[in-house]
Amino acid sequence: MIDTKQKTTLLLLSPAIIVLVMVILGPLIFSLYSSFTPFKLTRPDSINQFIGFRNYVRIFGDEDFWAAFVRTIVVLTIALNLEMLLGLGLALLVNRATMAQKTLRTIMMFPMMFSPILVGFQFRFMFNDNIGVVNNALQSLGITQEAIPWLVDKYLAIFSICVAEIWNSTSVFAILILAGLMSLPKDPLEAAEVDGCTKWQTFRHVTLPYLMPFLYIAMTIRSLDIARAYDIVQIMTGGGPAQRTELLWTMIARTGYVDAKMGMANAMSYVAILLSIFFTVFFFRKLNQARHQLGVGL
Amino acid sequence: MNFAQSNVYQRTLKRVGKVAYILILAVTLMIILLPGLWVFLNSLRPINEIMAKPPVWIPQSLSFDHYKAMFDPVGSGGVPVLKYFRNSLIISLSSTLIALLIGLAGGYAFARTHFKGKRHWFLGLMLTRTVPGIALSLPLFMIMAKLGIIDTHFGVILVYVALNIPFTIWLIDGFFRQIPIELSQAAQIDGCTPWQAFWKVEFPLAKSGIASAGIFAFLTCWNEFAIASQLTRSIHSKTLPVGLLDFTAEFGVNWGGMSAMAVLITIPAIILTFLVQKHLVSGLTFGAVKG
Repeated sequence: MIDTKQKTTLLLLSPAIIVLVMVILGPLIFSLYSSFTPFKLTRPDSINQFIGFRNYVRIFGDEDFWAAFVRTIVVLTIALNLEMLLGLGLALLVNRATMAQKTLRTIMMFPMMFSPILVGFQFRFMFNDNIGVVNNALQSLGITQEAIPWLVDKYLAIFSICVAEIWNSTSVFAILILAGLMSLPKDPLEAAEVDGCTKWQTFRHVTLPYLMPFLYIAMTIRSLDIARAYDIVQIMTGGGPAQRTELLWTMIARTGYVDAKMGMANAMSYVAILLSIFFTVFFFRKLNQARHQLGVGL
Repeated sequence: MNFAQSNVYQRTLKRVGKVAYILILAVTLMIILLPGLWVFLNSLRPINEIMAKPPVWIPQSLSFDHYKAMFDPVGSGGVPVLKYFRNSLIISLSSTLIALLIGLAGGYAFARTHFKGKRHWFLGLMLTRTVPGIALSLPLFMIMAKLGIIDTHFGVILVYVALNIPFTIWLIDGFFRQIPIELSQAAQIDGCTPWQAFWKVEFPLAKSGIASAGIFAFLTCWNEFAIASQLTRSIHSKTLPVGLLDFTAEFGVNWGGMSAMAVLITIPAIILTFLVQKHLVSGLTFGAVKG
C-alpha cells in the first residue's frame, strides 16, 4: 500500500524533475565544467582542454571584474534598502487611507505590471539628455541651462539605473508590508496605547517586530530575481559608457556573447550564481528567525 | 481658556496633518503613474513633436500613426512587431500550458503525500529560481547551438517551462493544501477511482487558484528578456521584449514607435495582473510563509 503511494508520488513528480534536470541542473553542471576550459565560441575544440582554475584566477586578478562586482553589491544594497524603506512608507500611507483604499492598492501595484525591460525603456526615454522629459522640465523651469548627461556620466548613470530599479520593485515590498499591516492584531496596539506609548514607540516596538517576517519575505522574493536588474541596465546603458555601469550580469553577457569567451563567462556566472544563492539563503534564514521570535504560526 | 486654546491647537494640528498626508499621497501617486502615462502619451505623438526643441508641452496633434505602422505587414520602421507579437503569444501560451500540467502533478504530490526530505526538495526547487537568467543562458546557448534548436520556438518553450515549474508547484501546492483531504477520501469511498476523485472533486475546487498560477507563469514568459535575448536570434522566434531593442539598433531611435510597442507589451500584462490581484499577496507569500 505504502509502496504504491510512493510510486504515485514519484510518478507525479518525475516530469518536473526531468525537465528541471534537463534544462537547469544539467546545463549548470555543463557550465561548471566549461568554466574550467578556455572554451571560445570561435574555437569549438577548446571545450576539451582542461585548464583547472585558470579562468577563476584570471577573474579574481581582473580589476574590471572587481569593479563590476563591487558595483553590483553597492547597487543592490542601495536599491534593496531604499525599496524596503519606501515600500514601508508607501504601505503605511495606503493603510492610513480611509477612502478608496482598494483603488489605492491597485495603483500601488502598477509598477509591478511592467516588465524590467519596459521599465528600463521608460527611464531611458525620460532620462535622455536631449529629448528626455526630465531635462526638458528642468530646462523649461529654468533650473539648469545645460542638458544633464543622466545616462552618460558615471555616477548619474548608476543613479538613473537605481531610480528605475527602485520604481519597479518598491511595490513588491509595499504590497507585502501592507498585507502584514492589515493582519496586524489590534490587541497589542490597544495595550500599548493604554500603557501610554507614544505613536513612535508603538510603531517601533509593536508594529515593526510584527512586520519583520513580511519584510524578510519581500527580501527573499526580491533576492530570487535580483538579476532582473540585467534587463534594466542592458536597455538603459548596455553597461556603458565605457563599462562604467557594468554589473556582474552585463559583464557575463559581454564576455560570453560579444567577446565569445564562453569558458571565462561561465566562471563569472558561478560567482554571480553563488552571490544570488547567498542573498536568498541569508534572507530565508532571517525570515525563519523572525518567525520563531514572534512565535506565531504565520 | 487654556483648555479651549489647546483644543484649537489640536484641531489645527490635525488639519495640517491631513493636508500634508493628502499632498504626500498625491505626489507618490504621480511618481507611480506618470512614467507609464508618459510613454502612452508619446506613443500617440508624431516624432517631430517628441523631438522638438524647445519641448512642446501641450500635445498639438495626437494620432494612432505609430500603432498603424506597427500592425503594417512591413512593420514599424522595419521592426516586424506583428511577427514578434505572434512569437511571444505562441511561446508564452505553450509554455504556460505545459508548465501548468507539470506543476499540477508536482504540486499535488507535494500537497497530498509525505516523503523524506520534503522541505529540502522544496528549498531545492526554490533555489533553481535564483540562477540569474543570463548565467543560465550561457550553457543553454552552447547546448542548443549544438542541437540546432537555437532560434526556434521549441527551444525557448522548453526553457520557459523549466523556469516556471518551481513557482507553479509552489503555488498549486498551496491551493491544494487548502482543500480538505477528506473530500477526496469521501468520493473514493463512494466508488470513485483516485483519478476520478481528483478531476471531479479536487480539481474544480482548486480551479481558480490554478488559473492564477497560469497567469503568473504567462506573465513570466511574456516579460522574460535575459534568456530570450540570447536564444532567439531572428524574426522566427524573437519575442516582444527582445524585439523592443531592435529600435535602438537603428541610427536614430524611433521613440514614438518604441513607445507604441511598449504599450502593446504592457496592456496584456496589466489586464492579467489585474485579474490575479487578489492572489498576488497570497501567491507571493505561499511557501515562503508556510515553509
